[in-house]
Amino acid sequence: MSKPAKKIVKEIKVDLSKCNGCRACEKACAAFHAIPKYSSFNPARSRIKVVIDERNDQWVPVRASGYTAAECNGRNHYVIEGKEYSECAFCPASCPSRDWFKEPDSGLPLKCDMCEDVPPLAEPMCVQICARGCLTYSEREVEVFEEEVTRGEMEMGIAALIKKYGAEVVRNAVSRATKR
Amino acid sequence: MRYAETGVNLEVDLTVGNIERVETDPEITRRHLGGNGSAARLIWDRVRPETDAFSPDNLLIFSAGLLAGTPIPAANRTMVDTISPQTNMFSNSIFGGYFGPELKHAGYDKIVLRGKAPDLVYLWIHNDKVELRDASHLKGKGAQETAHTIKDELNDPDIQVAAIGLAGENRLYMATIEHFNASAARGVGVIMGDKRLKAIAVRGTKDLYVSSPEELFKTCLQHYQDIHESPFNGDLMAIEWNDAFHHDNFAWGNARTRRRGYWTQELEDRWKDYTLKIRDRLQGCYNCPKNCHLVVKPPGRQRYMLKCFGKGTWHMAAFEELPFTFDILALSQEYGVDSYAAPQTIAFAIELYEAGILTDKDLPEFPAQSADRFYYLLEKLVRREDIGDVLAKGVYWAARQIGNGAEVYDHNTMKKFEQIPLKLGKVNYPYYLMYCTSDKMAINQTEGSYPQDPIRDLAERQKFADEWTSAPERFKKFFMEWEPGKHPSFEAAINICDWNETMHYVDDALGICAFCSSFRGQFGGGSAYHIYNIPTFIKMATGIEMDADDLWQVARRNRNLVRAINISRGLKRADEKPPEDHWAKREPENEQKLLSGYYKFKGWTDEGVPTKLTLDKLGLDDVADELIKRGHIKGDENICYTDQSCYSEGRPKEAVVGFRKAESFTLTEYLNENK
Repeated sequence: MSKPAKKIVKEIKVDLSKCNGCRACEKACAAFHAIPKYSSFNPARSRIKVVIDERNDQWVPVRASGYTAAECNGRNHYVIEGKEYSECAFCPASCPSRDWFKEPDSGLPLKCDMCEDVPPLAEPMCVQICARGCLTYSEREVEVFEEEVTRGEMEMGIAALIKKYGAEVVRNAVSRATKR
Repeated sequence: MRYAETGVNLEVDLTVGNIERVETDPEITRRHLGGNGSAARLIWDRVRPETDAFSPDNLLIFSAGLLAGTPIPAANRTMVDTISPQTNMFSNSIFGGYFGPELKHAGYDKIVLRGKAPDLVYLWIHNDKVELRDASHLKGKGAQETAHTIKDELNDPDIQVAAIGLAGENRLYMATIEHFNASAARGVGVIMGDKRLKAIAVRGTKDLYVSSPEELFKTCLQHYQDIHESPFNGDLMAIEWNDAFHHDNFAWGNARTRRRGYWTQELEDRWKDYTLKIRDRLQGCYNCPKNCHLVVKPPGRQRYMLKCFGKGTWHMAAFEELPFTFDILALSQEYGVDSYAAPQTIAFAIELYEAGILTDKDLPEFPAQSADRFYYLLEKLVRREDIGDVLAKGVYWAARQIGNGAEVYDHNTMKKFEQIPLKLGKVNYPYYLMYCTSDKMAINQTEGSYPQDPIRDLAERQKFADEWTSAPERFKKFFMEWEPGKHPSFEAAINICDWNETMHYVDDALGICAFCSSFRGQFGGGSAYHIYNIPTFIKMATGIEMDADDLWQVARRNRNLVRAINISRGLKRADEKPPEDHWAKREPENEQKLLSGYYKFKGWTDEGVPTKLTLDKLGLDDVADELIKRGHIKGDENICYTDQSCYSEGRPKEAVVGFRKAESFTLTEYLNENK
């Protein structure tokens, strides 16, 4: 049995033909996320980066998505309608193969959080500052179907735990958990 | 705590390879703000008037503007200052792109270069790590080719590079320093080449601090949108298709022929189609919402970026059409020559050939067609081959070296520097003063705040004056009095020249782009930055309390310092004159009266030398003492500059941010109505 739930999906659309390379998005992002807020506007701390190769008319704003422990085995190198983009141009990962999306002092990964705030912003900062209309923000509602865990699945889970840790450990853990 | 600035300069001795990080005195920032102002201070202090431009003791100074790297939109300029071999005077250049902010985030306000490297090197700045690296493998490479080679070998695509091409390596006087979408002209590429510095590569990831971060950021967020929407700011030439303004009014060839009625709708449509075919997009500089640069890929050439009037100067010098310019710029920018002096110099050489002063012996296998002649001479020029070796010094020096009557063809230089090709009818009083007295050598670096033309219709004129928030009250009065076809008064002309150049000195200390400031006011009066709102931004960024009068005073101080440098290097009143044929109808007596009146207004002697009273009042006592010692002034001259408050005539003293807004404005319409 499944029951549908509603979820908001946030989206930033990037029109590659409109970027003028001003990188104001980088400054706005860095400023918003600085602690204290606005105390820095250092593009190196930004969760959005404009990947530029002017020789190929490449101006691609990319938002940081999260950390990956290892480089890809093979690089992503796109040719779109004859236009060649530099490798990894569209990849949003904080990756060991490059400097992007890492705090310059600590090396800790950066990730775009859509400028989560209380109260919520109307639009993320990069979209707010982009005057050229390269970045636009939209939200859509989707239905998400959640699978209920069946009894059979649960017993399979317990059997796996017993196999891994032994019955004694599992029995004690259940005992402690049910006491709380 | 240093705000907006880093408080650190890099001192590089290229002769021995010594590099030091030097903390700067915050008092210098208060007095000169930064940019070319504090650079002029360094040059006054450390480069003696006897020092040759090609001496290792000449300094080459890169200054990120005081506001570069802050959230302030369009404040991203880097100033380059040195002594130019062509003029033997202070040379001031500027370039945009991303370099200045990157340098600030690396932790430096200035790079001060002295000495000469024993072999070709490049400077690599990565935050605290600064090294001089071998550049022998970069010798002869184009400017952008150099940039990409360096980024590849240092394995970082985010490095910003400023480089010279072959022209700079060969010490052409018209060599530029190229960076990304920007070029620095007017005598700085030659010194970089002379010092055997092929490139500066910088990567900066440190923080930069401002005094009121939240207020500044929120103000800038709005200001950024306002500038984007403003039809008055940015390069209108980049987005409008009608350029009758330049093509019908400016002089073609070696500033020789005016072609009235050249521009037609058919031509405009043809050039528009061609441009759209090869243009990928418009793009801008760091933290600026405007689109002043074209990204083009002409057939058979690499993709590159171009800007400004270079879009016109090449084909106008060659009597060709726009496609010729797009093609030759792909070469000239890689070689690293400018788009003002270089086309003029080549056109000058062609004129000499046509006149028989240069012969087939000087120009072996010289082609017959103009475009081919330009390609031929460009190749000779950048290699200093044959006649190229003479032309490399620019029109003034080449004419004298060639002799045989060539001097007569040098009819468009002032203070030995090539001027914009423009020969007009009746002498224009404010422009006469700007041409004569500008220590920035080029008219486009001096003009820009006051309209070039009066408004015919009185009601329209009044409306403009009422909305002209960027102008001190007296300029509104002058403008209301200005009838078409009549000269402005002497008083008006003097004040106009003074205000126009003052705003450039403001921009060049702060790193604000003139396309949003000192160059833009003249068409529509809606520049995003002006004397009244700039102090507000300075306060939020640096914490320094200033009003419009204080800002004017800093610009005046910087300007007088540059003047003193040039006077001590031999600038004379006799040098301050435009070429004889610059205007068809001259008024010699009025011109001299104007010049004397202007000197007095600026607080200078009748020889154009700043007096002790002027310099002392500006806090430049030591400069006064030196000028007295060298015999340029006696010290007892009872002349001081005219000081008029920006808040006189009822102007309220309040911190403002805004500027004149309009729904629509195009240069084409404006010029049709008023020229």
